[in-house]
Amino acid sequence: MSHTLAHNEVSFLEYQGKHKGIWGWLLTLDHKRIGIMYLVAILLFFFVAMTLGILMRLEMLTPGETIMKPQTYNSIFTLHGVIMVFLFIIPAIPAVFGNFILPIQIGAKDVIFPRLNLFSWYLYIIGGILAIISLFTGGGAADTGWTFYVPYSIRSAQNVSMATFAAFVLGFSSILTGINFIATIHRLRAPGMTWFRLPLFIWGLYATSWIQVLATPIIGITLALIILERMLGIGVFDPALGGDPLLYQHLFWIYSHPAVYIMILPAMGVVSEILPTFARKDVFGYKQIAISSLGIALIGYLVWGHHMFASGMSNTSRVVFSLLTFLVAIPTGVKIFNWVATLYKGSIKFSAPLYYVLAFIFIFSVGGLTGLVLGALATDVHVTDTYFVVAHFHYVMFGGMGIMFFATCHYWFPKVFGKMYNEKLAVIACTVIIIGFNILYFPMFIMGYMGMPRRYYDYLPEFQGWHVLSTVGSWILVSGIMFMFGNLFYALFKGTKAATNPWGGTTLEWRVPSPPPLENFDEIPVVTGGPYVHDKPTYIMHPSRELQHQNGGGKISQEVKSH
Amino acid sequence: MSEQGKEHAEHTSHHPTYGTYIMVWIGLVALTSITVTVAGIKLGSLTLITALTIATIKTLMVTYYFMHVKFDNRVIKIFILVCLIIFLILWILTFSDLSFR
Repeated sequence: MSHTLAHNEVSFLEYQGKHKGIWGWLLTLDHKRIGIMYLVAILLFFFVAMTLGILMRLEMLTPGETIMKPQTYNSIFTLHGVIMVFLFIIPAIPAVFGNFILPIQIGAKDVIFPRLNLFSWYLYIIGGILAIISLFTGGGAADTGWTFYVPYSIRSAQNVSMATFAAFVLGFSSILTGINFIATIHRLRAPGMTWFRLPLFIWGLYATSWIQVLATPIIGITLALIILERMLGIGVFDPALGGDPLLYQHLFWIYSHPAVYIMILPAMGVVSEILPTFARKDVFGYKQIAISSLGIALIGYLVWGHHMFASGMSNTSRVVFSLLTFLVAIPTGVKIFNWVATLYKGSIKFSAPLYYVLAFIFIFSVGGLTGLVLGALATDVHVTDTYFVVAHFHYVMFGGMGIMFFATCHYWFPKVFGKMYNEKLAVIACTVIIIGFNILYFPMFIMGYMGMPRRYYDYLPEFQGWHVLSTVGSWILVSGIMFMFGNLFYALFKGTKAATNPWGGTTLEWRVPSPPPLENFDEIPVVTGGPYVHDKPTYIMHPSRELQHQNGGGKISQEVKSH
Repeated sequence: MSEQGKEHAEHTSHHPTYGTYIMVWIGLVALTSITVTVAGIKLGSLTLITALTIATIKTLMVTYYFMHVKFDNRVIKIFILVCLIIFLILWILTFSDLSFR
């Protein structure tokens, strides 16, 4: 006991264990430090990919050459996609905030396999470094687009093999994190933390982890086959050798479509955390939101074929996949309606995280509904491979996961770093971001509908007005993002000290100090009620003290069961 | 003997004999030669079906004997069954394309 208290007298940021300085971070097994190491690496990659995105938009300012050659443009949009998808969007919320918050929210001292957790981080870094090395070795940066479609990816003279190998290694990092989270949620919940008392963020992570474990191996094998195809000419995908290029598309999307839900489900989990906190109200339809996460994960696993409607797939398959695609809208709709209903008659406190969530609901709805345009067979043929798809993708991925990553950074910033940021500046940055986002991406819906193809270096003069508008939007968006991170970065050093529970949240992380001590809790708490109850305490933080005082040790099990 | 030692002894006592391993190996080699032979005969769509059926039998043999699933407890078997069902669904959906193209 005294040993635990000694660990817990200072925060995890100040605690000096066996290793000091930088080694205290690189060899740490603490889930919170590993979460922060992910944050640093992920932000680094995010800024690289964002810069590539700005350069792409700048190139599209005028028809023909503006700032780069066509080959450079092909490599830049590939890299933008690969880095954003594999190194930022997929790991951002689960690896950073999943790691940091999951054990605390379920009342545990760490994840169940801390060493495996650190190993996952190293795999992530190795994958990232390989992706960077691939830019400067072989024939230069890959130019296939982030989907690595065959037969081009087999024949491209660029360094596709190393780029796919990097994605292969990153896949292992993802699988190991998934296994760790599933085992942690099953085995390390505090007494009384039943499945339907789990915070909804945990439900989002749980559904995501299952997809990570079940779907990622498929992309691993598929990308390995690309490498074998390039090196040995085994002929699985190459039509010249009797292979089937459509098989590649099936295998690629069997992973990459569920990956969309890997990206969005944790973000949806955070929405379900922020809304009850700032509406001062229990979440509406807890069980429906929890089960709809599993519903999205399950149905989302079966809809990959909608990426292939115009690829020459059989008609039977097209109808089956179109129908299944429409079914995903049901659990997603359940979530949206429950979130809006949570706000109804709530005592709403407007704050930066809530502004981001409200923007998310609006933007994600636009992204989701335009997804139905793409899921319907007839309309999909019209807009396939146009800017409409690019717009839809960015509305769901950036507008969904990206915006929620920003919300998450604000919501848990006081908990992670123990500092408060400037609220007024945060709201201004949020407003600039939302305006910039819509000016950047909404014209793409119009251009796509008019027939502007995606991934084209050049375009007809009639599209220029929309392209200029979109590029100006990218400048506004990036200014907002820099402003937002600047505000947070400033707060890191100069912010006022954060209280234990600055927002009035009801989940367990708001019951431990900001920042939390090394082992999170002096004693494993006992849970006596649901996660979003505002009017009475639902946690016993020091059960041995509090319950012994009342009625002896037998009271614990009674307390746990009685609610 | 400690609890752990007992568990270990119980676990190892279920291992198949070398004879079983060799029999399974001979079976795998035989099935591989059938696959190779059938690939050379023009059977139309039956070629694919035969190859996949033999591959499935071989997978089951490896899983059952070499990976010791035959001797594992029920939870492990259920987990494998769930994976197989998911695989089957993915397989059926993929073949809804290939079979009707």
